[in-house]
Amino acid sequence: MPSGHWITSPSWAGGKHRLQAPELLGSSPTQWERGRDPTARQRLHNKEHMSVAIEFHQVSRHYGPVKALDLVSFSVKEGEFFSMLGPSGSGKTTSLRLMAGFEQPTSGRLNLLGQEASGTPPYARDVNTVFQDYALFPHMNVLDNVAYGLMVRKMGKAERHALAHEALAMVALPDHGQRTPAQLSGGQRQRVALARALVNRPRILLLDEPLGALDLKLREQMQVELKVLHRKLGITFIYVTHDQGEALSMSDRIAVFNKGRIEQIATPRDLYHHPRTRFVADFVGSSNVFEADLALRLCGKAQAFSVRQENINISATDAHVSDGNLRVEGEVLAIQFLGAAQRIEVSVEGHVVTALQPESEAASAWAAGMQPGQCVALQWSTRDMVMLDA
Amino acid sequence: MPDTAALPPLPSASTGLRQQLATLLYQRRTLTLLLILTPPLLWFGVVYVGSLLTMLSQSVFAFDEMAMSVTNELTTDNFTSLLTPANYDIVLRTLGMAVAVTLGCVLIGFPMAYYMAHHAGPREKGIFFVSVMLPMWASYIVKAYAWTMLLAQGGVIYWALDGLGVLPALEAVLKWPVVGGDTLATSNLGRFLVFTYIWLPFMILPIQAAIERVPANLLLASADLGAHPFKTFTTVLWPLAFPGVVAGSIFTFSLTLGDYIIPQLIGPSGFFIGNMVYTLQGTIGNIPLAAAFTCVPIVLITLYLAMARRLGAFNAL
Repeated sequence: MPSGHWITSPSWAGGKHRLQAPELLGSSPTQWERGRDPTARQRLHNKEHMSVAIEFHQVSRHYGPVKALDLVSFSVKEGEFFSMLGPSGSGKTTSLRLMAGFEQPTSGRLNLLGQEASGTPPYARDVNTVFQDYALFPHMNVLDNVAYGLMVRKMGKAERHALAHEALAMVALPDHGQRTPAQLSGGQRQRVALARALVNRPRILLLDEPLGALDLKLREQMQVELKVLHRKLGITFIYVTHDQGEALSMSDRIAVFNKGRIEQIATPRDLYHHPRTRFVADFVGSSNVFEADLALRLCGKAQAFSVRQENINISATDAHVSDGNLRVEGEVLAIQFLGAAQRIEVSVEGHVVTALQPESEAASAWAAGMQPGQCVALQWSTRDMVMLDA
Repeated sequence: MPDTAALPPLPSASTGLRQQLATLLYQRRTLTLLLILTPPLLWFGVVYVGSLLTMLSQSVFAFDEMAMSVTNELTTDNFTSLLTPANYDIVLRTLGMAVAVTLGCVLIGFPMAYYMAHHAGPREKGIFFVSVMLPMWASYIVKAYAWTMLLAQGGVIYWALDGLGVLPALEAVLKWPVVGGDTLATSNLGRFLVFTYIWLPFMILPIQAAIERVPANLLLASADLGAHPFKTFTTVLWPLAFPGVVAGSIFTFSLTLGDYIIPQLIGPSGFFIGNMVYTLQGTIGNIPLAAAFTCVPIVLITLYLAMARRLGAFNAL
């Protein structure tokens, strides 16, 4: 797959620079670069000047007694890569569908690009969606699929096919126009879906778990490509995912959804290092959450806290305790070898604590001598403890 | 796993002769297929296709009108006589009604099928299925006779239209050529209504099955890409549901082509193909001409399918 060429020039921010991938973008400016607001990319790097792309104000979506989304407020700036992260049924997809216009809010106000959007049908919104199952039209070839949005806008056949070709080249599928969706692999379908949305040059692109059906390698590659695409186009990306790694690696900001509400909105680093609630601590990077009662017994203070798995050091019970470290003892339950690390589950006063040890020869040798049931010491720096609100 | 080791071994699923037979059938796929398929293929081949071909082959024998019996002489006269004005009229009359009924069933059936497939909840869908199929469980003859009452002058339809004050509109429509007649019960309009009523379920069910297989996301994607609902219908829903429409119309088309009861009970005088076949083989005993008439629907359906295929009806299958 030629898409590996997508890696962009590092000196991207200048505004004048173009991607160093002429075989993909063509040596002449593409329609995206020609037609787009020349300051779009500039805007990206002056975030304080960006206007608001999406605004939710106390938005609810109820299905009978089920509150899929309950009094949610947040806003997304134009040009932002904004992820909505959460388990299934948390309200993230409902939010996306509200943005697309597939659903209408039960109550609350929803603004898109400065305009009240409640009641506006999908076809009247400057928003395009990449569906989780791609939703390619099976009775049309790839080219007609991509040109669909232009065909609906009554653009001439030659012109829309030319633009569709350009869009297919952008997603590294220049020679696949005559195939049917059924003849493509999952990753290729994903690219076609992306081209079909982008060919309309929307100001907001909605992505509903677009990489969910791809295998790990392809997923990681597409993450890089999406990020490059986002920087190149300068439009707003709304990305729905249940994969915290995906959200962390791509987003400018992440909203963590749980049970129809937003638990926290923050930058990936902030979210990872300063989770505000136990749900966020647990869901983003799988922290160990110590409930108040256990915290009271371990460190004499009845406030729940969390510690990341990789911040917990595991050693023999007679090992030296570093200054400023908290030390507890427990019984090994299981050891899992993950490749780059080993995950060790330890029972501490009946609670399971998970520690992640980077793989090394010493760690391997130590783990080889480990048996479930053995007693070990866990220690972590008090600085790595994140106090939790609720 | 010390826990499972302590458990006694499970008895093997089957033993002895049965197991040997199962293994044999599992390993010899051709033998299995042969065993499964021979009875239905015999039934289908001999009873179905065989008898049909035998019947159709009658059409090439001459009929001695004086002796009122079939001779051994081979002839194409039966087919050429289909083109005589009287017989040609019968074909046209039947074909026209079959086309009209098919179109009527699509018009009424498609929206219902769409609602059943994409909007109705499971409970509602069940109610819809029962109410679509319920009329099929009642006797066809009873329903046809009941319609003669409904459509007759002084019947409930006249009474209702009169009550609504729109009876003059009906009377105006009945004055139209071809469609009209003295009363609703003796008009082509009335006959069309009854045919449409009787065959509608055969249209709804295949369309419903076809629309059911169209993912709702495709319709959303079309709207998302800027298509108005009407555009989405013509470019996405209709092409993808078309195989179902074709399947349903094969039923309504061929059932109307072959029917001989409704044309007798409702509508103006003049034979349908079915009536002609019935009369030829029953009263007159002219089996060869009856067989030639029987070829007409077969040829028409074949042409229709070829046309549908040309239009790409089966591309999405």
